[in-house]
Amino acid sequence: MFAPFILALRAAGVPASIMEYLALLRAMKEGVAGFSVDDFYHLCRAALVKDERHLDRFDRVFGEIFKGLDSPQGDAPRTLPEEWLRKIAEKTLTPEEMAAIEAMGGFDALMEALKKRLEEQKGRHQGGSKWIGTAGTSPFGAYGYNPEGVRIGQSESRHRRAVKVWDQRTFKDLDEDEALSSRNMKVALRRLRRFARTGAATELDLPGTIGATARNGGSLDLHMVPERHNAVKVLLLMDIGGSMDDHIRICQELFTAARSEFKHLEFWYFHNCPYERVWRTNRRRRETERPMMEVLRTYGPDWRLVFVGDATMSPYEIIQPGGSVEHWNEEAGQVWMARLTRHFRKAAWLNPVDQSHWRYTQSIGVMERLMENRMYPLTLAGLESMARQLAR
Amino acid sequence: MAQFKGTERYVAGRDLEVAVNAAVALQRPLLVKGEPGTGKTVLAQEIAKALGYPLIEWHIKSTTKAQQGLYEYDAVSRLRDGQLGDPRVHDIANYIVRGKMWDAFESEQPVVLLIDEIDKADIEFPNDLQFFVYETRKTVAAKHRPVVIITSNNEKELPDAFLRRCFFHYIRFPDRETMEMIVKAHYPDIRQALLREALNVFFEIRDVNELKKKPATSELLDWLKLLTIEDMPPEALRSSDAKTALPPLYGAMLKNEQDVHLFERLAFLARRRGQ
Repeated sequence: MFAPFILALRAAGVPASIMEYLALLRAMKEGVAGFSVDDFYHLCRAALVKDERHLDRFDRVFGEIFKGLDSPQGDAPRTLPEEWLRKIAEKTLTPEEMAAIEAMGGFDALMEALKKRLEEQKGRHQGGSKWIGTAGTSPFGAYGYNPEGVRIGQSESRHRRAVKVWDQRTFKDLDEDEALSSRNMKVALRRLRRFARTGAATELDLPGTIGATARNGGSLDLHMVPERHNAVKVLLLMDIGGSMDDHIRICQELFTAARSEFKHLEFWYFHNCPYERVWRTNRRRRETERPMMEVLRTYGPDWRLVFVGDATMSPYEIIQPGGSVEHWNEEAGQVWMARLTRHFRKAAWLNPVDQSHWRYTQSIGVMERLMENRMYPLTLAGLESMARQLAR
Repeated sequence: MAQFKGTERYVAGRDLEVAVNAAVALQRPLLVKGEPGTGKTVLAQEIAKALGYPLIEWHIKSTTKAQQGLYEYDAVSRLRDGQLGDPRVHDIANYIVRGKMWDAFESEQPVVLLIDEIDKADIEFPNDLQFFVYETRKTVAAKHRPVVIITSNNEKELPDAFLRRCFFHYIRFPDRETMEMIVKAHYPDIRQALLREALNVFFEIRDVNELKKKPATSELLDWLKLLTIEDMPPEALRSSDAKTALPPLYGAMLKNEQDVHLFERLAFLARRRGQ
């Protein structure tokens, strides 16, 4: 009966299957939704959508398919005034007036006054100048001409009309496709794991228990050990801006993967070649800047350092003091690179540029030499060899 | 059949009511997601109350195994009893520890089974309503199908095959009107003026984007309770709205020091701009 709806959902990327469809039909038969459009929408949503990221797509498709489906006129509940009143009062009254009213008898008195006015209103009203309705000149009501008017009808309320619920598309922010594509990278990064036992002892240490029991003359002596955790620490230095703009997508995927894979992950940005300063947020670069020396002091040699950058620049930016394109650097880029690789003995460089093009760019060769050949292409294979090298 | 409706203490949207009733009618698990502190766990308690069933709660930890929900064979205490010559040791059934699912299956009346924070561990929810106990060669079958409520905090992706069997509901963060109803449901005699000011402060705090942990419904309720106990006048909240100073008793809403620092900095900036 609703087959086109299911097909449209699948086309929009909501993974609804026969199972969900049958569940929906059975629920309809059981009379869960009753005869209300609103309930039908809620039921469809509960039965067919299994992930909040898909809720927005569902709303869109539902609106598309069931366009024109509306609840019958005249059954709108009339219990709104409580909310209207509060809004009117909050928005129309100046602080002085509020104070005066509160002195007279408080907020409730004000509400009473307004409620009376609402009660005088009978029936739907349009185009007048005093009562609440639509398209009037009274300050109360929706779509009015009074610039200072309060918009009552348009404002959100508890009793939304059925069609409106999905038209609002409240779940728009949750829809994102990014996480899926970085799955392969996560698998590659998993090689970097280094397990360590820390924390409370919750696992049975079998060899220890057998040894202790034997020593104990056969009566049981239990030994426990803490569970294993991934204890590897990764410091990510990322090149940003300029020639890196071509590689933004793959860098983002790498970042998402690394974020979810490592508990201890720190990241900083640099431009082209690392110098005396790095920063945390590119948009607010000045406020989040940190001296490189401080980074060296903060993270010990047990951190694994991973550069991400195309290393594509003028060779002067690496070998000459003052060679930076952005500022006057006292010390050449290669001095900083030497400092970093000396401090972080486990270091690697990931390069998003296709490996076959590396030899056409002089600076890549220079950088590769500075990294002692630990430069890897940003591909799955490259990630794996990097992880193997860093895990050593 | 009993229908689930929001109660005096629990404000449920129509969408939640429909989802719960569908799950109950079709006897399928209901998966509930949402921001922490929006009442996912409380929902199960309210459903149990509304349907008049007892509630069995199974809280998942990162070390929980699926098997523990069914039963556990306590080999270690059997070994110890064997060494001490306890006669109990001859019957293996003495060392089978029943799990929460077993309890739910064997119950004489239908129950509500809450599986809380299923994403904390790798748990495959069994499809069948029976399972086999290898140690005693017995099959445990459900007398009544339990109403299963599962909550998740999105720490892990759940398997597709599992999702196919559930109904799903995402608890959206309540808007101002709903929030007012929720507060009134919990504290019916709260002063209107205090509530209004408190909600202003609360939503202002939630508007700050850099917060690590945004305060949610449960934090607001705690805070309001503190405010009423301290008998805080509403003016105290107004004079110190979140933009110029930390709200009084902020400890109930800001749960880590970075957030508190962030607020102190914002307040400082706002004061400087104000001068």
